[in-house]
Amino acid sequence: MSMLSTGRPTRPETAAETGETATLTGGRGLLQSEPLIFELGGWDKTGVDLPPVPDELGADDLGDLVRAEPIGLPGLSEPETVRHYVRLSQQNHAIDLALYPLGSCTMKHNPRLNEKLARLPGFADIHPLQPVSTVQGALQLIDELAHWLKTLTGLPAVAMTPKAGAHGELCGILAIQAAHRAKGDAARTTVLVPTSAHGTNPATAAFVGYQVQEIAQTADGRVDLADLAAKLGPHVAAIMVTNPNTCGLFERDIREIARLTHAAGAYFYCDGANFNAIVGRVRPGDLGVDAMHINLHKTFSTPHGGGGPGAGPVVLSQALAPFAPVPYVVHGPDGFELTETDARAFGRMSAFNGQMGMFVRAYAYMLSHGADGLRQVAEDAVLNANYVKARLSAVMTPAFPDGPCMHEALFDDRWLEGTGVTTLDFAKAMIDEGFHPMTMYFPLVVHGAMLIEPTETESKAELDRFCDMVTALAHAAKAGDTGRFTGAPYHAPRRRLDETQAARRPRLKWTPPAPEAVAAE
Amino acid sequence: MRYLPLSPDDRSAMLSVIGAPDIDALFVDVPAEARLPGPVDLPHVQGELEVERKLAGLARRNRTAGEGPFFCGAGAYRHQVPATVDHLIQRSEFLTSYTPYQPEIAQGTLQVLFEFQTQVARLTGMEVANASLYDGSTATAEAVMMAARITRRTRAVLSPGLHPHYAATVRTMAEAAGLTVEALPLAVDAEAEVLGALDGATACVVVQTPNLFGTATDVTKIGEAARAAGALMIVVTTEAVSFGLLKSPGAMGADIVAAEGQSIGNGLNYGGPYVGLFAVREKHLRQAPGRLCGETVDAEGRRGFVLTLSTREQHIRRDKATSNICTNSGLCALAFSIHMSLLGETGLRRLAQLNHARARQLKAALEAVPGVQVLTPRFFNEIAVRVPGNAAELVETLAGNGILAGVPVSRLAPDAGMDYVLLPAATETTCDSDISFLSRALTKVLAP
Amino acid sequence: MHFTKDHEWIAVEGDVATVGITNYAAEQLGDVVFVELPEVGKVLKPGDSLAVVESVKAASDVYSPISGEVVAANDGLSGNPETVNQSPESLAWFAKVKLANPGEITGLMDRAAYEAFLQSL
Repeated sequence: MSMLSTGRPTRPETAAETGETATLTGGRGLLQSEPLIFELGGWDKTGVDLPPVPDELGADDLGDLVRAEPIGLPGLSEPETVRHYVRLSQQNHAIDLALYPLGSCTMKHNPRLNEKLARLPGFADIHPLQPVSTVQGALQLIDELAHWLKTLTGLPAVAMTPKAGAHGELCGILAIQAAHRAKGDAARTTVLVPTSAHGTNPATAAFVGYQVQEIAQTADGRVDLADLAAKLGPHVAAIMVTNPNTCGLFERDIREIARLTHAAGAYFYCDGANFNAIVGRVRPGDLGVDAMHINLHKTFSTPHGGGGPGAGPVVLSQALAPFAPVPYVVHGPDGFELTETDARAFGRMSAFNGQMGMFVRAYAYMLSHGADGLRQVAEDAVLNANYVKARLSAVMTPAFPDGPCMHEALFDDRWLEGTGVTTLDFAKAMIDEGFHPMTMYFPLVVHGAMLIEPTETESKAELDRFCDMVTALAHAAKAGDTGRFTGAPYHAPRRRLDETQAARRPRLKWTPPAPEAVAAE
Repeated sequence: MRYLPLSPDDRSAMLSVIGAPDIDALFVDVPAEARLPGPVDLPHVQGELEVERKLAGLARRNRTAGEGPFFCGAGAYRHQVPATVDHLIQRSEFLTSYTPYQPEIAQGTLQVLFEFQTQVARLTGMEVANASLYDGSTATAEAVMMAARITRRTRAVLSPGLHPHYAATVRTMAEAAGLTVEALPLAVDAEAEVLGALDGATACVVVQTPNLFGTATDVTKIGEAARAAGALMIVVTTEAVSFGLLKSPGAMGADIVAAEGQSIGNGLNYGGPYVGLFAVREKHLRQAPGRLCGETVDAEGRRGFVLTLSTREQHIRRDKATSNICTNSGLCALAFSIHMSLLGETGLRRLAQLNHARARQLKAALEAVPGVQVLTPRFFNEIAVRVPGNAAELVETLAGNGILAGVPVSRLAPDAGMDYVLLPAATETTCDSDISFLSRALTKVLAP
Repeated sequence: MHFTKDHEWIAVEGDVATVGITNYAAEQLGDVVFVELPEVGKVLKPGDSLAVVESVKAASDVYSPISGEVVAANDGLSGNPETVNQSPESLAWFAKVKLANPGEITGLMDRAAYEAFLQSL
């Protein structure tokens, strides 16, 4: 069998005593324990006041279509609702609390001006299917944002509608598929992807029916040109390469990668997740990219929101532009038009017009920084990552020590050998120190990977605080203070959770507890 | 620059520690030909004052739904979202947190997802719901792909009432994956027509209720017939408030539910971000896409929540994943869940009744306009009306009079031969004067 | 019992081979949460996917070492995946395969050879 070695422990050992004085009720200072809404009662309660419905306007016209059975959802008054969600919020870490060093996620500060502007009624209270003459401002914003994206990337066209990065990847691959079909080239059945690729890359290619073949990596963490050249051929539709790559390194041979790909009649899809490292300093168009998605929730600061929503517009080369999906904005002589039908488009990514809420935020971000500010963003992001790499290389083993990294620094777990502490344990101990852990076990090509991306919105003081903490923990691990790590976290709202049980016996919704069995006697 | 904390002194100190002479040394791997010498040709940094002025100017060039009588629906609906919802989703710990991959410090997000999944399962009447997808249309496409995986068949039949954008989205995804999609021609009240198109290669039929034309249908028999032929029934709903009044898709035998949750907790936002609701039968769970949050215990035996069944997903299964999806619609799902918690069943039922009552008033008012005919036999809060002449032109004329009268079908399906059909919707935000304005204006415009 | 370098075991009785994974594999995988079993009737060649073993963080393919037709699958594992960790070399068999080519068995390791192989890893 193929042994994927990420089968690390997913069930905690039973917790050791922490030695703290237990409280009488289980409360823990500011941290409040909070039951599920279904456990708060309130089955008939509501926190919204609505006018009554006149009898003559009831639902008698709907007969059997009316829902007879109860839904089974409790309500809360407004004060209870606020308490419930504020208590829950306090059990979350967030960028607003501390450096969130997640590699490849670009956890930068979310500017509050963007939130204010996205909520202007002129953006928030307009319907996607209103007559185009009544939403000229919205279309203009999309058009101007598109212009910024094209100028920053050096590509002539952009598909604005994908709703997230992975959705953007799908858009790019579909444009490529359409381009090959338009040439009558049906033999291109394979997509090449480096071994270090993010999981969405092969998932996207396979979703669309391509075979996925891996390209090897060199010892210095880059795409192996010889392997790429050997694998390119008339059966290859595209390559999907991240640049800077998932090891945080700039692909020096990127132009040769593009040249080889094009010579073989294939297209170059670039995963733009790491654009933060080069925005304003390098244009992917100059590197030979045919399509690249841009994560607005990474490089352009739209909030991560606990997992979404994102937005993933895709810049396109001249060759792919004709196949861009509908709808798209056109700036005509009489104003802005929305083209919703185009025979050459490969199709439609979703209903309506794209993630307008994220467009407003990203555009406000771009206008605030300006071209000079954005260039500074990339420089500070790369500077911060190299600073962290330099400070932490004293105690940790960088996966690729030679040469600078870009916006993220990758370490492996060789420095933990013999300590009895794994990457996972180390991460959990970071939680106790008040920091969210870095990305763990990604990319898969490095053993026990730890990928750290500070971003440009971290002060030197915060970086030093972070590095001091990691250094102290590293010393503790090497000094044999194993319990600190293997039982961590001790101070978070929860100890380690039993993921094994969650997967073996999935409980995915609340169910009412069974009535108490009556004793037989 | 206000978002960049490093000072020039910081930068020099850091470069020293790194051992690099300047920032360019860190970009040494960039090919010389690709290095931009300076900032690209775009405006330079601007303060809040200028940015706000510019964007407020763009915002003012849009007519808002709240400015006058407003009747647009067709998949996105204007509802009153309580002030508490938007206030709570802006808390730092919700707004600026990440996907809950470190569950010990993300129990806030995870518990909300667990509550959300429970709410969606109960609203849709299904056994299991996921933690949301991007929106209703991509959820529908994912449902079709899932049905193909389960049945190992390659064809999808889309009903005559399915929203054309949803049909186009399904076609784009499914045809790319090698499936065939048959979208039946639009019709006001013909969901059961899908049965006529069933064959041995059909993986699923996709029906919508209430459909594009507002028609509510009991799809129970459609589901039974589909399953008898070895296909699954996917039920699509674009107006989530309808779950408060109508028989649930689960009660009607849906195998998969793909719905748009925007109506609850989320504003119109010109079409996004929205929130896709996705619910399935327990036995099909392993073929479902998207995140799932599950209950478990921690090392001290305390209840907690974690993302689970991740082996279906891209970050583990890579090219064998059930979907390529990486995000959910987190903050929008939170807004949905908060609004649902405020409403409760009692509030949702009342809200749904109000919506239906407004739509009945709308229907009565429009029926009384000479030349206008209501086409929808049974509706929740949206109807289709036949108008004399071109509905799109009528909408433009009424817009000139300050009224957004609804969506003309030709906007969504220019070749359907339905240029005379208009789709007005009413919600709890529609008032008596809105309806009377509309009917008076219509009467005047249509008068010979 | 015979063993493969991919940590599968095969026990042959007549012309039916029972296949599973070894103690070593089960330990390496960590807690098993699900096993995707082949359908009865599936025809296999060496190298075809026989089963997929899921732990929380990984999904590992189990390849068929032999040619044949699946005549039984251990459905009991679906509700009790922990059996794979508890008893991988007996109770947690994955499938029974009717051998198309019994000669394929002779190329596989016996227990002593497998133990020696494990030492070399």
